[in-house]
Amino acid sequence: MEEYVLLMRLDILTKDAQPSPEQMQEYMKQYHDWVGGIAAQNKFVGGTGLSTEGRVFKHDNVVTDGPFAEIKESIAGFITVRAKDFDEASKFAKSCPILNGPGNTVELRKIVSVHDKGD
Amino acid sequence: MNHQEIIPHLFRTEYRKIVSVIAKRFGFEHLEIAEDIASDTFLTASQSWGLNGPPENPTAWLYNVSANKAKNYLQRLNVFEQKIAPAIEQTNDLVNYELDMSPQNIIDSQLQMMFAVCHPCIATEAQIGLSLRILCGFGIEEIADAFLTNKEVINKRLYRAKEKLREENIKIELPSEGDIEERLDTVLATIYLLFNEGYYSISQNKTVRKELCLEAMRLCTMLVENRSTNKPQVNALMSLMCFHASRFDARMDKNGHLVLYEEQDVNLWNADLISKGGYFLHAATSGNKVSKYHLEAGIAYWNTRKEDTKEKWENILQLYNRLLQTEYSPIAALNRTYALARANSSQQAIVEAEKLDLQDNHFYFLLLGDLYAAVDKTKAKENLAKAYALAKTESDKQAIQRKIDRL
Repeated sequence: MEEYVLLMRLDILTKDAQPSPEQMQEYMKQYHDWVGGIAAQNKFVGGTGLSTEGRVFKHDNVVTDGPFAEIKESIAGFITVRAKDFDEASKFAKSCPILNGPGNTVELRKIVSVHDKGD
Repeated sequence: MNHQEIIPHLFRTEYRKIVSVIAKRFGFEHLEIAEDIASDTFLTASQSWGLNGPPENPTAWLYNVSANKAKNYLQRLNVFEQKIAPAIEQTNDLVNYELDMSPQNIIDSQLQMMFAVCHPCIATEAQIGLSLRILCGFGIEEIADAFLTNKEVINKRLYRAKEKLREENIKIELPSEGDIEERLDTVLATIYLLFNEGYYSISQNKTVRKELCLEAMRLCTMLVENRSTNKPQVNALMSLMCFHASRFDARMDKNGHLVLYEEQDVNLWNADLISKGGYFLHAATSGNKVSKYHLEAGIAYWNTRKEDTKEKWENILQLYNRLLQTEYSPIAALNRTYALARANSSQQAIVEAEKLDLQDNHFYFLLLGDLYAAVDKTKAKENLAKAYALAKTESDKQAIQRKIDRL
């Protein structure tokens, strides 16, 4: 088994893009049902949602209050899954419910341990 | 009660207290001596009470006699140590022969003993065995019965566990404030397994099974009643056990066969335990850490509500979604898929169920049979037939056959 990270990016800043509380509840349910389905296959390793607060540290002591002012696509959360190959991990990524929203993306990356050669 | 009834009863409640107090006084390395003195006390009781009848206050009598026996032992030991082995270093402690049998010391000693026998350096099954022997006063035969094995195996297991605890120099004491959360994890895991051993065991002995559950609840009560161990997760486990235990009389018929949840007589559910479960669940919300016991207690709470509402199944589904992320188990995966069918749809649940890799589990095919029942009777039958073939006990097979007949 290999491990993969799914990085979920969506627009969490634009006012128009903000869902109503009812929509939000429905989105959260879809999201939790999706993660629960992965966990029920014993393929969930870890992960979490992220708040909109944050800071970005750059070269030369530059600190900004997050990347949010600059890009619309912020990382809203990530999960790590177990999968036998890229294909199986892709199936998890494809079925992520945030993809129902236009502009949202899920980035799939294989985890390479520092001890691996990283084939 | 005459002395023949009263002695086994007192053995169950007092043996552990005497052992804990003496072992705490002597040190864990002399645990066996503590056990011998406690057993010897009961032997003396049965001889003396058989002749003269039980004393007015049997418990005080037992404490008195065991304290005297402990004192005699210490004096003999002292003679041995001073006269025969002067080289052996003697602690000042040993000079005080009196045993403190005050209620507070009895409670403290048992609580500290709980942490000692649930030390992570010994295997889980040894922790449960020692807990049953020393903290619950179970006989070796009863423990063997609960584990579906024989006395020799249990004796060996307990002997090795005690040796190991001695080697590791385990003390009978509460862990420090900083270690208590971590050590509490093992203690709670042992109590949880002890309860499950009684609740889900395939042993047909209903009395032993119920006692295992009650003992687990009693041990957990001691943790709840102590300020330093009264943590949210302890209350959550207590709540979970109360909710489950509320169905104890409804889920087994007279012959010790399991009665399925849907077929249970709600009048047999214990309302008192359900309300206690609610009380402990409320007490469990005082922190901000959500343990697996919180999630399981939440599920157990919804299961005490028989009416089928959308709200019930949606809540159960979300609790299982979180529980599986905390700790995977096949049974949680199957229950989660059933909740998915009830909260969302059978079609969606079938798609998800087919992804579960549990082909050797008869509950898996039972679930598929249930899910297909509403959509495709042929497929439902095929799956139930597979479940029937994999089922291990006669009562499971009968329950599955009833489902097939009903299709």
